Amino acid sequence: MTAMPMHEALQVIRETRAATDVVVTSMGTAREWMAMGPLEALDWVFVPSAMGAAPPFGLGVALAQPARRVIACNGDGSTLMSLGTLVTIASEAPENLVLVIFDNGVYEVTGAQPSPGQADFAALARASGIGAVYRFSEIGAWRAGGRDALNARGPVCIVLDVEPMPGARGPKSPGPTIARAKQFADALSQPVP
Amino acid sequence: MFSGPQIADFLADVGITHVVAVADSTLGPWHPAIAAHPQLRLVRVCREGEAWAVAGGLYLGGATPLVLIQCTGLFESGDALRNMVHDWKLPLFCMIGYRSYLNQDTLPGDTCLEFTEPLMDAWRFDWRLIKSPDQFDEMGVHYRHCAAARTSGGLVIAEGRA
Repeated sequence: MTAMPMHEALQVIRETRAATDVVVTSMGTAREWMAMGPLEALDWVFVPSAMGAAPPFGLGVALAQPARRVIACNGDGSTLMSLGTLVTIASEAPENLVLVIFDNGVYEVTGAQPSPGQADFAALARASGIGAVYRFSEIGAWRAGGRDALNARGPVCIVLDVEPMPGARGPKSPGPTIARAKQFADALSQPVP
Repeated sequence: MFSGPQIADFLADVGITHVVAVADSTLGPWHPAIAAHPQLRLVRVCREGEAWAVAGGLYLGGATPLVLIQCTGLFESGDALRNMVHDWKLPLFCMIGYRSYLNQDTLPGDTCLEFTEPLMDAWRFDWRLIKSPDQFDEMGVHYRHCAAARTSGGLVIAEGRA
């Protein structure tokens, strides 16, 4: 199967996100996002997290902040933990929410054990009622089409086939939770130009 | 015990903006009134663990959410609740339906009565048990107390009678 390096996939999001966008990362995406450079005030590095909670958390932010785009990054194993959230997102239909599923087929941070089955997340998203669904397996195609996909009218689900990184560890929290939550809430309280 | 319009007015009066919910036979009939209330948005999730993460995002985004689920859903909520309320210290408030409390012959052998109250304590909620309609005003007092103290709290609503 063709796949792309996760950090290159994330780089497209980094280059495309607007200053007012919220980016939620968890597990492997959080680790790679933090390694790519300084965090922005509207980056929610979801560490510690409850596995599978990044999409519903992003949905909550999107509903509270309809003037901001929220990009929620989630792994395939995490998505399997809360598949019903695809239906919840479709039901609430926030136009400002983009869910990006990074599918590497493994539970990477626990040692790359295979995740169950070979779910077609794009098909699941469509069947759940999400109208704007994209899948990219090659970095060139993602670089070429990422901006349009990210800018589509939400809710959007983008599935990216990414390469597993055997041996990669789980992310480390970038700081105390209480202070980070306050900083994030403060950043969200700023008006959107 | 309470009607949907009563509950919707109560929630709006204390300042709730979003009700994140999974229905049960007592709480579900409240949903139409909540959904119809101009100051409230009903967010229906598929499973209760989702509710806490949605509520956490809403809270940090500046909204005032409430989680409305049955005690069985509280049992399901574990890790998401732990993460939002304890890891991130978000003062989320919930209303929990207490299955069969008022009619314990309904489900012989059901263990909701054994685990609901100890679990509310274990999750360190500041909570009150609401067993009769004359406690209606107590609900608002308790919500406002928790909101002022910025602590996670709950109301456990006895179920089992129409």
